[in-house]
Amino acid sequence: MSEFTLRLRRYNPESGAPPYWEEHTVDLEPHRSVLEAILQARARFDGSIGIRCSCRAAICGSCGVRINGRSDLACHTHLDTALKHSRDGVIEVEPMGNMPIIKDLIVDMEAVHWKKIQRVTPWLIAKQPVPEREYVVPKETMIDVTQSMACIQCGACVSDCLSMEVDPEFIGPAALAKAYRFVGDPRDDQHFERLQDLAEDPHGIYDCTHCFACIDACPKGVAPMSQIMRLRRLAGSDHGIVDANNGERHEEAFVSLVRQYGLLNEAELLPRSYGGDSPLAKFKPSAQKELVSSLPAIGKALLRRKVTPAAVLKPHKLARTDLQQIKKIYETVEGREQRFELNLYITGYDEELEGAGAQPAVGSVGGDGQPSAEHGQPGQTPGGSPTR
Amino acid sequence: MKVAYWPGCVSRGFTPELHGSMARIAPLLDLELVEIDRGACCGAGVIAEHNQELADTLNARTFALAQEVGGAAMMMNICSTCQGAQTECQERLDANAEYRAHVNETLAQESLSYEKGLTNKNFLWLLVEEFGLDKLRERVRRPLTDLHVGPFYGCYIVRPVDRLGIDDELPRDTYLALVIEALGGTVIDYAGSHKCCGFPIITMNKEASLKQAGRHLGDAVDARADCLVTPCPLCHLNLDLQQPLAERVVGRELKMPVLHLPQLVGLALGVPADQLGLARHVVKPTAVIDWTASVVAGVGESTAEG
Repeated sequence: MSEFTLRLRRYNPESGAPPYWEEHTVDLEPHRSVLEAILQARARFDGSIGIRCSCRAAICGSCGVRINGRSDLACHTHLDTALKHSRDGVIEVEPMGNMPIIKDLIVDMEAVHWKKIQRVTPWLIAKQPVPEREYVVPKETMIDVTQSMACIQCGACVSDCLSMEVDPEFIGPAALAKAYRFVGDPRDDQHFERLQDLAEDPHGIYDCTHCFACIDACPKGVAPMSQIMRLRRLAGSDHGIVDANNGERHEEAFVSLVRQYGLLNEAELLPRSYGGDSPLAKFKPSAQKELVSSLPAIGKALLRRKVTPAAVLKPHKLARTDLQQIKKIYETVEGREQRFELNLYITGYDEELEGAGAQPAVGSVGGDGQPSAEHGQPGQTPGGSPTR
Repeated sequence: MKVAYWPGCVSRGFTPELHGSMARIAPLLDLELVEIDRGACCGAGVIAEHNQELADTLNARTFALAQEVGGAAMMMNICSTCQGAQTECQERLDANAEYRAHVNETLAQESLSYEKGLTNKNFLWLLVEEFGLDKLRERVRRPLTDLHVGPFYGCYIVRPVDRLGIDDELPRDTYLALVIEALGGTVIDYAGSHKCCGFPIITMNKEASLKQAGRHLGDAVDARADCLVTPCPLCHLNLDLQQPLAERVVGRELKMPVLHLPQLVGLALGVPADQLGLARHVVKPTAVIDWTASVVAGVGESTAEG
């Protein structure tokens, strides 16, 4: 047995008193979980400590908390690991972020997480007519959506979402991963409608700030951000949805400017993101309005010679031969009949496949044919299955 | 050490002082930079969002060009976003031989080929892992004594941890703090150091984007930082260039100078401030530099040299 000290964040909104920290030292084997430590503290020292839990085996998703500032399941975090990542030898446990606190370590999942899940129509709208027998779905497509289905609704990604921190209305990682579960399912009839809805919502897919926090927070390898990027790819490239949030325009402008210049042309990217992918975009009212609102920043940048008129008018560009090569790459890749996408969740790594026997590199899964939840655990060595 | 040097786009566009200061300090760190001037934009995640294969192929081309640099120990970049976006593409290319061959087939049109296993490190990683903090300490000529520096990493260089190889052995998400200490400065611990600057959504949700920048800058002000330092030019755009607008969104004065990593290193190595492009920032680093004497504030005359 070893001693571990916990620093718990206590708060009871009904008491009227502000939140405070409280330390308890417990006796447990280092491989036991932070949840067990909290439960021991509650049993031995203070029966009023609020924590929600049920299965104690990382299946039910009830015990999401922040441990040393990072969201995870309390039952899924070993005490020795938690101690190693503590700042001062004390394991700090707080309630999850981005959600109101009910008491101590218990947050109101209903008010935030479940509302957002409901927002994305979280059920399959079947194609009609429904086949008499089973609906046959390609195996790879099914494995692809299993990644989202691995979600146990613990809210860890919602807690760490850096977009939601500044925009509480953002639909968020868990719900958008759930949305992909249906958009990626060939049996669903409403792919376009779902994508249009999520692209046009000012707090939808284009409100994700691409910070990867949800990928690291998820204890089940769902990689919500990767699913959001898939939604964007499908909305913009496959369904041609030009949204009111400049999401698709920004992407189009970026891709086409790199084709033209080889490098990013920042001075053109901004107006085109607002006015559309054309050199005339800067004269469009939507782009003009944006330029005017940015004048305080632009003015200072010019004043300090951070941005020079010459750099704006004559942007950096690769040499002609290189630009031709880049154009060829664009033509080859964009000229394919179908967009080619390597999904590491489906294929895994070469080495892993070699270890599992002689399987083809593309279109196969792990040795047992099923990418189990354990397959994509974050924090595994690079030899393990990727989670993105 | 000779490296295939990938400056990225923004360091040659809207933050030219980054490229300039890196070139200025390289000889002081025994670094020979062989610039990959033929490579295309890494795509910053946006090209991958549009078409993964396109981003993978463009970056495979850059990697192939890097591998052609004779005698180079590795590829080095100076942009968190390049590091993250390129590592993501490299992960796919390295994971699957069939896919790599498929991408190389496109590159074969110009007789280029990417071979699995390129090492591509941000200057920050190279500084700590290759050059070493002890050696860096020895080279400091003007320690940043009394300078309170807040690290700002940029998402792409700290997450996801397994893809970027961050673990107990390589705690890359602590390197900025280690470097600041080695340069003699004081590390400021504040809430925003590992958070998002908001840049990726500046054209989609400007208010949320500026709120992110403004909040982190405000947290740094409250923690009494004199300046921030970042290895990411895109973070620099949102934290420095956009700071006047961020001030309006969060409704407070910030006036927080943001330095590029090579600038901070350069100051401590004794490079005169005017050779590091510090005058080009939107927020004047007056808290950091005493312009009349060209020394680091708080250091005093005794160490004012070089």
